[in-house]
Amino acid sequence: MTRPLINAEALRGAVKVTRAGSVPLPSDAAPPAAPPARYDFAGAALKQAKAVATAVVPPLIVLFLMLVFWQLATSAPNSSLPSPTKIWADSKDLIVSPFFNYGPQDLGLGWRVLVSLERVAYGFGLAAIAGIALGALVGQSQWAMRGLDPIFQVLRTVPPLAWLPLSLAAFRDANPSAIFVIFITAIWPIIINTAVGIRNIPQDYRNVAAVLRLNQLEFFWRIMLPSAAPYIFTGLRIGVGLSWLAIVAAEMLTGGVGIGFFIWDAWNSSRLSDIIVALVYIGVVGFLLDRLVALVGRIAARGAPGV
Amino acid sequence: MIPQKPLLKLEQVDKAFERGGQSSVVLKGVDLAVEKGEFVSIIGHSGCGKSTMLNLIAGLTRVTSGVVFLENKVVDAPGPDRAVVFQNHSLLPWLSVYDNVRIGVDKVFFRTKSRAERHLWTMEKLELVQMAHARDKRPSEISGGMKQRVGIARALAMEPKVLLMDEPFGALDALTRAHLQDQVMAIHAGLQNTVIMITHDVDEAVLLSDRIVMMTNGPAAKIGEILTVDLPRPRKRLELVADPAYIRARQRVLEFLYERHGFVEAA
Repeated sequence: MTRPLINAEALRGAVKVTRAGSVPLPSDAAPPAAPPARYDFAGAALKQAKAVATAVVPPLIVLFLMLVFWQLATSAPNSSLPSPTKIWADSKDLIVSPFFNYGPQDLGLGWRVLVSLERVAYGFGLAAIAGIALGALVGQSQWAMRGLDPIFQVLRTVPPLAWLPLSLAAFRDANPSAIFVIFITAIWPIIINTAVGIRNIPQDYRNVAAVLRLNQLEFFWRIMLPSAAPYIFTGLRIGVGLSWLAIVAAEMLTGGVGIGFFIWDAWNSSRLSDIIVALVYIGVVGFLLDRLVALVGRIAARGAPGV
Repeated sequence: MIPQKPLLKLEQVDKAFERGGQSSVVLKGVDLAVEKGEFVSIIGHSGCGKSTMLNLIAGLTRVTSGVVFLENKVVDAPGPDRAVVFQNHSLLPWLSVYDNVRIGVDKVFFRTKSRAERHLWTMEKLELVQMAHARDKRPSEISGGMKQRVGIARALAMEPKVLLMDEPFGALDALTRAHLQDQVMAIHAGLQNTVIMITHDVDEAVLLSDRIVMMTNGPAAKIGEILTVDLPRPRKRLELVADPAYIRARQRVLEFLYERHGFVEAA
């Protein structure tokens, strides 16, 4: 095997950790009694309910305990951070109705998240297209790898926000600059994982393609993409997570209506409760984005090994 | 002299692999002519370069010197006219059984057959290997023997001038293997196609082949002997067991492999 571009294993490991973070279903330890003569609907429903409960109840308990602890820690009148009850009192409208609209300065967080998501969609979409194309090039061609890999390795360590001044200077506008920052943040894991996936296409599949005389385009669509799909989607999952990290930071600097700028704005007017509500929004949306990409990956790579 | 031009011809074929500045000769001076409709087996100990020989005919690797001719044209690239049945089936796991065959059909007959004709052709080949019932299954859902049958259907569907089989039954259990050998014989009898098969199984070689090409041990392996198997077709494995001609042929191959070219384990 050739040397991997970077430790893609470690990157994938990182994803697996988040997956392992969700509570695993316990294996059925109890030995089954005598096999039931007919299909046991009540028993099946009970089993299902049990499975759901084992997945949902532990995080709820932990969440409750955290809230209690938080409440106790911040209940002093001179506490520097707001307690959960204070947040509820201060920011009830933000929590209860995400989609109110009282003019451009007073929007529900749902709208702000959607604006941010639109930017992510552009930036991440471009990164996905360019990243898969570049990754395919680097994975297929020894010379492209020799030339491009060292440059990628250097560029990928540049923090996202370090790109912002340059992109502001280049685009002279906040919106494209924010999109560019997302693009440049998300593209590296996509390139690297795609390249590793393509380098790992079994020789057998290449032989099949050669005997069939598939041309470059057919090879790309019919062999390369499906075979490397598990790797590509790992890259996309890391990429979408990173791009969500970058959008919030970028919007703090560029302004506008996004969720990132909302946090900055709330800080400037000392609305700490609003910031905490916004953090929860960001976390939940980031989680959903990750799950969405994982789901698309599972559907797209159906039947491929390793999925 | 052979009255008609052979379908496939290898002339003084050498193959050497370069690795780290060192060159190791795998095949040296291989001459072989295969007639249309012939079933030829290549047998030899592992490492004698028989798979390399098949890859050269397939065009998957290039000759170092010498020439491979197919119908008087020089072979220098892979193509569907020399379809390969790979040792480990090599079906694409993300495609259904049907699509695994259809991808080849679409490629080869894109211009010459309509959509409906290509569908019928695909189904016909799946029926030929008795896999039509599993057309919508994925390779991971069917057994090893079934996978290999789909691999054969995929290769046959390209209507190759030569069907190349690289130890097609090597990874299968004995019963499945016997069943598939019978099917391959039946298909060969029906289509009268040209087949070159790599094997390390003496019984398989004698049962299926018109001629058995026996390879000497590598490095620089060459063809040691070619045995013509003079057994009438259709051949029945149970009747052959006691057939003196069968026993003689089997003996010849075993003698070649174990007495004259016994496998020398590298120390």
